[in-house]
Amino acid sequence: MFGLSEDCILEVPEEYYTLKDYEGNVPRWCPGCGDNTVLTVIQRLCRDRQLPPEKTVFVSGIGCSSRFPHYMKTYGFHGLHGRAFPVAEGIKFRRPDLHVFVATGDGDCCSIGAGHWVHAVRYNMDLTVMLLDNEIYGLTKKQTSPTSRIGTKSNTHPKGSILPAINPLTTTLGISNVSFVAQTADWNPPHMYATLMAAHEHKGFSFVRILQRCPHFNADAFETLAHDADASLLLRHQKGIQMDAALEKRYPNILEHDPSDLNKAREVAGREDKIPLGLLYQNTSNACYNDYGAHNMGFTIEQKKEALNRQLDRYAV
Amino acid sequence: MKVVMSIKNILSKVTSSDSGKAVTLDEHIIEIVSDSGEGAQKAGQSFGALCAKMNNGTWTVEIIPAEVKPPARSKAGASGIRIRIGSKAVTNMGDEANVVIAFNEQVLYGRIDQKAYKAGTILLLENKWATHIDPEIVSQYTQAVEEFRTMGMIVHEIPMEEECQKIVENPALGKNMWVLGLLCGIYDRDMSIAEAQIKHTFSKKSANVIEKNINLLNAGRQYAVTHLDFQYNIPPGSDTSPKVVMNGNEAIGMGTIAAGIEVCSMYPITPATSASHYLAEFFESAGGLVHQAEDEIAAIGFAIGASYAGKTAITITSGPGMALKTEFLGLAVMAEVPLVIVDVQRGGPSTGLPTKVEQSDLLYALYGQPGDAPKIVMAASTIEECFHFVIVARQLAEAFRMPVILLTDANLATGVQPFPRPEFNPDWVAPPVDQSPWNPEVRPYQWDPGTGLSPRPIPGQKNGMYTLTGLAHDSNSKVAYDAAINQVSSDNRSRKIATFRSSLKPPVVMGNDEGDLLIVGWGSTRGAIEEAVGKVQKMGGRVSSIHLRFLSPIEPGLPELFKRFKKIMTVENNYGDKLDGSIITSENRRYSQLAWYLRAQTLTDVDFYSNVHGQPIRPGSIVNLIKQELGIS
Repeated sequence: MFGLSEDCILEVPEEYYTLKDYEGNVPRWCPGCGDNTVLTVIQRLCRDRQLPPEKTVFVSGIGCSSRFPHYMKTYGFHGLHGRAFPVAEGIKFRRPDLHVFVATGDGDCCSIGAGHWVHAVRYNMDLTVMLLDNEIYGLTKKQTSPTSRIGTKSNTHPKGSILPAINPLTTTLGISNVSFVAQTADWNPPHMYATLMAAHEHKGFSFVRILQRCPHFNADAFETLAHDADASLLLRHQKGIQMDAALEKRYPNILEHDPSDLNKAREVAGREDKIPLGLLYQNTSNACYNDYGAHNMGFTIEQKKEALNRQLDRYAV
Repeated sequence: MKVVMSIKNILSKVTSSDSGKAVTLDEHIIEIVSDSGEGAQKAGQSFGALCAKMNNGTWTVEIIPAEVKPPARSKAGASGIRIRIGSKAVTNMGDEANVVIAFNEQVLYGRIDQKAYKAGTILLLENKWATHIDPEIVSQYTQAVEEFRTMGMIVHEIPMEEECQKIVENPALGKNMWVLGLLCGIYDRDMSIAEAQIKHTFSKKSANVIEKNINLLNAGRQYAVTHLDFQYNIPPGSDTSPKVVMNGNEAIGMGTIAAGIEVCSMYPITPATSASHYLAEFFESAGGLVHQAEDEIAAIGFAIGASYAGKTAITITSGPGMALKTEFLGLAVMAEVPLVIVDVQRGGPSTGLPTKVEQSDLLYALYGQPGDAPKIVMAASTIEECFHFVIVARQLAEAFRMPVILLTDANLATGVQPFPRPEFNPDWVAPPVDQSPWNPEVRPYQWDPGTGLSPRPIPGQKNGMYTLTGLAHDSNSKVAYDAAINQVSSDNRSRKIATFRSSLKPPVVMGNDEGDLLIVGWGSTRGAIEEAVGKVQKMGGRVSSIHLRFLSPIEPGLPELFKRFKKIMTVENNYGDKLDGSIITSENRRYSQLAWYLRAQTLTDVDFYSNVHGQPIRPGSIVNLIKQELGIS
């Protein structure tokens, strides 16, 4: 009847998670801080994907961005300066059932944690990484970050920073086994949502650099970029992130970029005239290290006993 | 094949007719010393295992040069092994060697510097150097032989390679098995066990290789019984209960399997690495995996991540690696994450003495973190304890929700000793990850005010969601913006140590519980201390000893016990100032580590004997120390 076949089954989730279910402590970020947008977008993403809060873990290091886990009502791990990656890897290694996100900042990831960053890319574990890059140290009150542009005045470089900035995109794209690299910005929540969703759905290490405004210590950094769409370069491709047509209309510069082309991705990531937004690179064929970690799980006590006795037999006198 | 048969026939005749010359002894110390890569260690390990299988007490310890491939025939390049065998259990490497087999004479000089030999030590020396093409080598060799004889050593020049050449083309390969045979002849070993040992050692090689090595073994034995005028008989002990034999690092690896730990994350560092080598080979078959991290910091971070997610984890390292792990160790204390950290100590500070013995990380383990970071610190004193203490450490880490540091050292790591075969106990194994819903009424750090203990929600548990933080936090894991909370949480973390301590028994006193001198030890010095104390007790000296396994919390009953002795002294392998009457005085003296700690804990005047020579402390030097302290001549 009513045009439905008799064996139609309606799937009703046992529990429906609302946005409220993902709300942790009240954020203590400054008014106008871009991190607030990321939090809202992520809470929406979790809701839309109905990620069970108990199966979701946010891991961070130290810094403003690393307060992220406290503001989610999921499991969280707010650890040490620069060391979010090893912890996230340890969690995911033998717990493939958990959705693991990493919230890190430019100082956290690209400076004190740079060694871990390189290897995290190489391990290619199924993690969603948000690099909240405001090109300044916020929590410690305005010191030069590795992504601060030359001339940025800070408390450690009052006459302006003297070193060229690290480009987190080209750096990540230069590491063996790179799997997913994208860039988005806090002033474009729909784009951020689409980008983070693609990152979450990608199986492997998804690295998303989020250009994020720090109104307090580095207000000028993205002033032009946020208000002049002409300064950006929107990346589009059928293999890329599917965007709303209205969103595309906002950007005069659109590049058809095939995200499977690594060389092209590096070239686009290195552009300084127009800042790319979108998916730079995606490779779905790389093996995930956490799959290796999950291959011999769930041994019973009896199996463990047998394994031990086999070893003791080898050393018996 | 026919050749083998005929050699066997000759051997059986020689054995039966020749056994009359054997001298029966309680124990002997043997060394095989060579250039790196000549297989001395393999021969010595096989000999140690063979002796253990014949139910002799055994302790083998490797002699390792600092470089992977030091120059040949050099004093610093000695690579080899010491095997001490006895009728009873052997607990340490002993004093001077009785019999030494050397592949060249130069490597012996380093051992002589380390006072490993004495007048009367028998040297069996490869004599091919006497006819070497280079006259300088010939002169070095003849000079050395003369010098060794002047020192009172008994030198036998043996044509090792020449003899091997009768069986194999390249005598450099297989000479070690000929030497094993030589030892089998000297100590009248059971050749069927020796052959089985060779088959075990070369189990991955072809039948041809195994046969050749067995031929070399038998030829070496035949040489000993026909050409040497001495033979020793070390009768086996009477305890025939099942035993296993392995080194301390293998025991740690096996303990990790027995504890049901599922993740070992590590970064290579001497002398800890071989534990992870062992695990890398066998852990998978026991439901675990080794993760080689990008550095020491990542290794412990990874383990903490795995532990946070409910998988018990271990990280194994040595001093310089411990230094790097400090930051995460503090986090594990603060956030109350269970974790087993094994520190296979080596000489320090800095990169120090990678292959040498020292017990210098005690105070570091206790206090090496910023802030107040109470944790359980324990030390294994035997290879058997290396196995069992990993299990204990795992259980304590989970019960008390804190990191547990297990200290061992290079002496235990490479020492090989038989011990009773462990009987599997299901309680050893870490329970599976609990994913039952969490009671939302229970907070993530619901500290019991009496014990400081709290239950722990694990990701996947419904209603248990919390954010772990290294910042000071309240019982809800909320960042402590009110700093007074720090006092409460610190009290609770500290209280756990006291709670655990209330379950500890006072240490067992070896000897009377009162007297003139009490020796206190910890870690790998136990065998040497107890052997020395036992000897002096037999001489009538009023000396006793205790050996501490738990350093944090410290075992109970010490202040009362100390009062019953006239003098308390620690014996340990770490640095302490020697009083010299001018610069070093009793006021500015820096105490060795356990002495320092015991003085603070017990308000007792604890003296010490220590050194940092890179060698285990020998029973002989402890005997001398005690005799001096007691005024026994």
